[in-house]
Order: sequence, then C-alpha cells, then structure tokens
Amino acid sequence: MSDIQTDSAVLEAPAEGQEPIVNDLTIHVATVNGSGSQSSNNVLMRSIFQMGVPVSGKNMFPSNIAGLPTWFTIRANKDGWIARKKEVDLMICMNAQTAKEDVEGLPPGAMCIYDAPLNGKQYRNDVNFFEVPFAKLAGELSTDSRLRKLLTNMIYVGIVAELIGIERGEIVAAITKQFKGKQKAIDPNVAAIDKGMEYAAANLAKQTRYRIERMNATAGKIIIDGNAAAAIGAMFGGVTVVTWYPITPSSSLCESLIEYLREYRIENDKATFAVVQAEDELAAVGMVLGAGWAGARSMTSTSGPGVSLMAEFVGLGYFAELPGVIWDIQRVGPSTGLPTRTAQGDVFEAITLSHGDTQHITLFPSSVAECFEFAGEALDLAEQFQTPIFVLSDLDLGMNNWMSDPFKYPEKPIKRGKVLSKEKLDELAGKWGRYDDVDGDGIPWRTLPGTDHQDASYFTRGSGHDSHARYSERPQDYKATVDRLAKKVETAKQYVPKPVVDTRDGAKIGLIAYGTTDFALEEARHQLRSERGVETSYLRLRAYPFTEELKDFVATHDRIYVVEQNRDGQMGDLLRLELGRMQDKIRKVLHYTGLPCDARTISDAVLQMESTIDYPEPLLLVRADAPMVRAASIGTPLRGPAPRGEARMED
Amino acid sequence: MADSTLKVTTTEAPKENRVGLKATDYSGGKSTLCAGCGHDAISNQIIRAFYEMSVKPERVAKFSGIGCSSKTPAYFLSRSHGFNSVHGRMPAVATGAMLANHQLLGIGVSGDGDTASIGLGQFMHMVRRNIPIIYIIENNGVYGLTKGQFSATADEGSKLKTGVINDLPPMDLCALAVELGCGYVARGFAGDPKQMINILKGAIAHDGTAVIDVISPCVTFNNHEGSTKGYQYAKEHQELLQQIGFVQSYEQIEVEYEAGTVKEVELHDGSRILLKKLEEDYDPSDAVQALQRLHRAVEAGQMLTGLVYLKPEKKSFLKQLNMVDDPLWSLSQERTRPSREALDEIMRDLM
Repeated sequence: MSDIQTDSAVLEAPAEGQEPIVNDLTIHVATVNGSGSQSSNNVLMRSIFQMGVPVSGKNMFPSNIAGLPTWFTIRANKDGWIARKKEVDLMICMNAQTAKEDVEGLPPGAMCIYDAPLNGKQYRNDVNFFEVPFAKLAGELSTDSRLRKLLTNMIYVGIVAELIGIERGEIVAAITKQFKGKQKAIDPNVAAIDKGMEYAAANLAKQTRYRIERMNATAGKIIIDGNAAAAIGAMFGGVTVVTWYPITPSSSLCESLIEYLREYRIENDKATFAVVQAEDELAAVGMVLGAGWAGARSMTSTSGPGVSLMAEFVGLGYFAELPGVIWDIQRVGPSTGLPTRTAQGDVFEAITLSHGDTQHITLFPSSVAECFEFAGEALDLAEQFQTPIFVLSDLDLGMNNWMSDPFKYPEKPIKRGKVLSKEKLDELAGKWGRYDDVDGDGIPWRTLPGTDHQDASYFTRGSGHDSHARYSERPQDYKATVDRLAKKVETAKQYVPKPVVDTRDGAKIGLIAYGTTDFALEEARHQLRSERGVETSYLRLRAYPFTEELKDFVATHDRIYVVEQNRDGQMGDLLRLELGRMQDKIRKVLHYTGLPCDARTISDAVLQMESTIDYPEPLLLVRADAPMVRAASIGTPLRGPAPRGEARMED
Repeated sequence: MADSTLKVTTTEAPKENRVGLKATDYSGGKSTLCAGCGHDAISNQIIRAFYEMSVKPERVAKFSGIGCSSKTPAYFLSRSHGFNSVHGRMPAVATGAMLANHQLLGIGVSGDGDTASIGLGQFMHMVRRNIPIIYIIENNGVYGLTKGQFSATADEGSKLKTGVINDLPPMDLCALAVELGCGYVARGFAGDPKQMINILKGAIAHDGTAVIDVISPCVTFNNHEGSTKGYQYAKEHQELLQQIGFVQSYEQIEVEYEAGTVKEVELHDGSRILLKKLEEDYDPSDAVQALQRLHRAVEAGQMLTGLVYLKPEKKSFLKQLNMVDDPLWSLSQERTRPSREALDEIMRDLM
C-alpha cells in the first residue's frame, strides 16, 4: 500500500451545509463501448439492490461494438421511483471523449469520480470531485493488459462503494452471482474492489451528502430485463415454434428463450420445441404463420425495421386467419437512425400493418412482469382469434434491468382455440365450412393439416374465398369475409387485457400512457400531487382494440393527456379516432429523444399546458380548447402555433 | 431420342392402392389454366405418383407461392390441406408447417418467377437447410399470370411473342440446388410424363428437399418460334441423362440388367431408384460432375433432363432439430408448460 499513499491524489473538501440524501441517487458511468464495463455496472447495481434499496439499471449504448461512448445509469430510490431521472448525482468519468460534456452536464453539488488523466476538475468548481489514478491501481493488480482494463471497471465499483457506503459483503455476493461462482473470475474482481475501497478510504475525502443505507424494500424481488422475461413467459405459455432474425434490441429475447428451452423443455434428450434462425424477417414471420397454420404455438421477435419487412406476410396472416405472435422491441428507426435507443414509434406500424383493411390485436406490456404474462396471453389470443398478434415492448423495457416481484405461475390453462378434431368432424358429418361463423363471434372453426379425416382438408388463400374456402371473387363473399374479420376484432375487446385504471376523486386531469412510459408517469403523478397539489387519474392502456373502460375514463375527466415516446403522438391519434366527439379532450405529451422518458418531463409538460400564458386561469380550470404551448423550455413557454394541444419535450 | 423410362416389370396395378383409395381420391378441383398448359400435365403426374405410392392424401400438405404454377395445388389432391401463400415466400410457410408437424408429407409447387426472382433467397435457404419437401418449379421462362414478361430462367437470346429478345443469362435452378447441397435434384419435361412419374416417386420417397425443375411450356405466352421453353423446342432439344426406374419398397422385384449399366440407389423409405446409364461416365452422386454436365448442356443448347444429383443420406433439417416423436402442434400443456418448481428455480436465480 505504500506506493498508493505516496500517490498525489487530490483531496477535495466535502461540500458544506448539505443534508445527507439517503437511498436516493442516480449514478452515471461514462465509459467506452467495448471496455467491458457491463459486469462492473451490474455488480454495482445488484449490490445496491441486495442492500434492500429499489434500483434500476439502464444502458445507453451506441450502435457499435467498440470505441464509441456508452453510459450506464443506475437509479436507486427508497420510494421505488426507478424511471430514468435526468439529473445525475454521481458521475463516473472514464471516457476521455465525453469527459468535458459529462462534467459540464452535472448539477451543482454533484459528485464526480474521474480517471486522473481526464483532469475533470478543470471544467467546474461547483462539483465534488474525486480523482483516481485507475491505470496505476490496475497495474498493481495484474500485468495482463486486457485483464487490467476489466479490473479498472471493478476498481470504480470499489471507489463508489467506499464513498457512498455500499457494504463490501454485498459486492462480493454480487460478484459471485455475476461470475456464476467461478472462483478464478471472482478472486481478481474482489481484489479490484478491495483495491478501490482501500484507495478511497486512504486517499479520498469523505463525503456525507449521498449515502446508501440498508433497508428492506427489495427482499424477495428479482432483477431481470424485459426480453428475458418475455422468453420465460413464452416458454411457460407453451410456445413450440420460434423463429428469429438478429436485430437490436430484440435478439436477446430469442437468445434467452433458446437457453431456457434447452434447460426446461427437453424430454428424454428430445426437444418439445423448434427454433430457427431465419434468413431474414420475411422468412421468420413466414415460418411463424406456416407453423401457426399447422397448429403450432409460434412466435418471432424483431424490431421496427423487421416489422416493416413482415408487412406482406402479416396481411396474409390477417386475411387467411393464421395464428402467430410477433414481438416488436421498439427502437428509434431506421437501421441507420439510432438503433440502440428507445422509442414507442411503431404503434401505427404494428396495429395497421399491411395492405387493405387490416387491424391487428396488439398488446402493450409496461413491465417485466407483463412481458412474462403477455407472452403466454399473446400465444393464447393468436390461437383463439386465428390471427397475428403483436406485442409492443421497447428497448428500455427489453434490454434494461428492472426490479420486479417474482413472476406468478400461470394458473389458466393454455387455450388452443377452435380446432376440429377427427372425432368432431365425424360428428359434423360434412357440415363444416372453414370460414363459417357458426358461433356469431366472427371466429370460424379450423382443421389442421394432417388430420386423418376426409372432410378435414381445405385450401388456404387470402380473402378470395367463400365460407367453405372455395375460390370466389364474388363481391358478396369478399364483403362477408372482411366484415367477419372486423367482427373478430370487435370480439377481441372482451378478451384482451383491460386497461389499468386509477381514478382519483375530484381529478379533472386524466393521464393515459402505455408501455414503459408508465414508470415515469406514476412518478410524475406523485410530483404533481406532492409538489403542486394536483390530483390526476390515470388509465394505462394494455391492448388494442380499445375496450369500453377507455370511453368512461375520458368522459369523466375534463382534459386527457396522452403521454408517449414518439413524435406524432400515434396513440393519441388512434384515441382521437376512437373517441369521436370526445376527441377534443386529447392533448399530447411527447418525449422522443431516444432516451427513456423521465417523470419531470411529464409533470412539467402537464403543468405548462394547464397554465399557459394565454389562459392564466387557476390550475385545473384551463379550458379544454386552449391553444397550447410547446414546453420545450419549462418556465419560458415558447410562442407559436401548437394547435393540436401538444407538448414536445426536450431532454 | 431414347425412352426416358427404364422398364420395370411389375404386377398389374390394382384398382385400389395399398391404403384402399382409388386414383380419383387423389384428384383436385378443375383447372382454370389455359388448355394445353404444361402445368396441368405435371398435376396429373403428381396425382398418379401419390396414388401409386399409396400415400394417404390427408398426410400431405400442399404449398405454393404466387403465379400460374402456384394455383395448381388446388387442382390435385383435394383431400390434402393446401396453402397458396405469398409470392416467393412459400419455402418459409412450408418450413413452419413442417416444424409444427414433422409427419406431414410436404409438396410445394412454384414457378420460375416465384423461385428464381422474388423467391430466390428463400429457395436457397430452404435447400441449404434441407427442409424435407418436394419442391417443384414449373419452369416456362415467363410470368404467365401477368401476361408474358421474361423470368430469370429465360434463355439468353430467347424471344418473347412481342419480339423482345432476352439479353441476360438464365439461372439454372438445378445447378443452384446442387451447389447448395440438395440431396435430390432432377429436371423433367412436362411433355415426358413417363420420366416425370419416376422422378416424382423418387422425390416422395426422399427425406430431404427434392428440387424438381420441370420445363413446362406456357402455351399462351411462350410456345412460339424463337421460344426456348416451348413444346417443339423442348422435344427437339431434350437430352436424357439416364433412364429412370423406380421400385417401391414393398415390391419384391429383381430388375435384370447388364452388369455395370444400372445404378441402384436405395431411398429413405427402402424404395429403390434405378438409373440406367446413357452417358458412359455420369455419376449422379458427384456434385462437381453434375455441375459440369449442367454447364455443358447450356453450351451445347441441350435441354438436359433426368436425375442430376442424388445423395439421399444427408440429414434433413427436422432430424437435426431432434424434436420429440409427436408433432409439436399436438403436444399437451403437460409437455409444453414447465413445472411450478421450474419457475421457482428460475426466479430464485434472478433474486
């Protein structure tokens, strides 16, 4: 240790006169992509989680394997607010490319640990700096240059632990979990943690502003990303055929599904499933629909550009009534856009995909628990409604780490829909038409190829058929077919997951959101209530077609804010179409920067739109038809036309 | 021109086949194609082949893409499920269906536009995976349903009815299939039903992708002077690789032939395909030779037909996936939903 003590580390004086903030901070780690910081960041997040503090971890990474800047954000919050928070409390600057920006973006009083050569303190004097000679410390741990690079990341975990009070034992436990008990990997990493902790204890000034203290809010909880959750859900949902084509951010869904299936769906060395890595998304969805036609519970996962490629097949799937599930892990498009950033921009694309009059049943999971639940639900709906089902997740949900209660074992039996067996065909004695709506719900009975009965066969083609699957171009047959397809969507309203509604007494404002916006939105409601005394109701959409709860909710509130993560307010527009005369109540709050939406964006936008300079009436009494202001810069509303009631939020 | 068939003495064909069905049980709807279309001749041979092979039609699944050829599955085997899917994408649909039910016997009918242009990628990946289906390309060098544009298999220098000359070289789908490791590659001619029937029977018995490229003249748009895919041209230029005979697995037939003149290959189901050499040194299990011969045929202006390449032992994709014996579609919840304990274990690991 003697060499460390002689090191000229900078000792910074702690900021004075500040109340300690316990279990409420955001840590931002700025590194270079490909530097192997993922394990360290997971260890840091998990050790806070193991101390009982609610936490989330988000990776903001470039479309690149190595070299470009990447950030990992950990938010710990005792009240369980784990949406993204814009303000950074503790920055770890490891990347020369972004050091200046990273430091300059900090709020005054924040903490900043930086790698000594970056000389972070040159940029500010109102930030609490901690300079660390990482290269030197790592050099003391190993002579292997690659290993030194990896251990450097673990050293900053040790530094952070010492500075904010994360217990060493929890870090060791997190490392043991991260490296799956492999002692050869565990030992050097623990040594790096110790190196960091010892260095910090001996050389860095104590700080008391931000503390992590043991609490008990995470006992029994799990940490998982949405893609893995969806994979587990699909497996327990009885998926049998899985096809996929690699695309960020969806690849890890099928990759983890493959691993789980190999572990849990093998009978006497044989698989109860088939997985195909297809040649493209067209083939992937074609296989899904072919498998669905032949009776498998089939699914694929992709992202927006893949959905675009699937357009023709999904149309056929809709008209020819073929089951299949398509997970769309949404991202910013196109492929040369920001493919590693999050968005909710595929709402229109998914729901109306393809030629002619199509409407697709679509589910919107907002949490890892719903990814698990909806994976099985979607497979059921696909077979029940004999149609492609979309599930819209996004990069933030799919690839980031979320805390959750353990998933509940599905108690409902798997639903296989209306399939006629050989025995049933015997009973029907020829009185069967593939597209006959005998039950009045728009859903006909089908047979599967291979059914050993001479009445079983029928010929599948798009919409050019009569109720007995005979070729027909007669106007009345076509109309009857597409009208019946519309009826199926109507029937689906009784079966899709209903919205989650929280109506508050006296609330004039109704908020509507879906998917990952939920986390920021709940926190925004809390901000509005606790900071401004504004009570809001909230309806979280979970499916298309919309169900009757929607109209009731809109009818009982004066103003409806639809909050979503795309430019055009796609869901807002769909709601306007749905709501008819009530559509004027809809206002839009839009966050589309590629980063996950945060709570402050929403609460600021709502407040802004509630009290514009044009209508300076008391809060909650703003007229519904008030021209709106773009809340690009809170506090100084921008002039200019915003006729449709929209707030476009900057990050 | 030699006879394309190797005479195999067999017992008189009974009125009913081994599964108790008549030939009419294999028929389909009335064709809506032009009178004299090569495709209808192929459909007839498909009906006959399945009947004579005693395949239960309920076990068969028919697939097609888009085009005149792709309409034909409606014109044979009415007692089989059929799926007229998307232009060029039938291989994906067929792949999915075979995954769901590996007991199906799949037959796909495509055209030269459907396969060689819009569907080339899927065709190649189906072959590469060795999806066990019979894949027939009804090849007439033109797009019939859109009224006679050239396709990618049109020969260089061939002429459209309108006088337009094709300047681009043709794609040889047999050569492509050989290159991609297909275990059963044949070229037939719709006007040679005797050769066709044996090629089809061999394909039914083969476990793996069987690619059959059939020159099938379009009587409306590509059967004129200057066409290289018309009946007259085909008859004048057909060159046989070998005479083909087929012996069912259950038939106790000894075929007499001069030593060294006939090659016998046993197929997956125990049936045998017999190839009587017409060309001294042609070995259908040699991929390099097959490609050489196909290239030579193009240079010589021959329409080479016969079994181009045969390697029945290659493992099909479905075998590689090592699935349980019951078709995946039929698996009950007990087999597809892991236990409560399994979920507990997964959850514990995530805590």
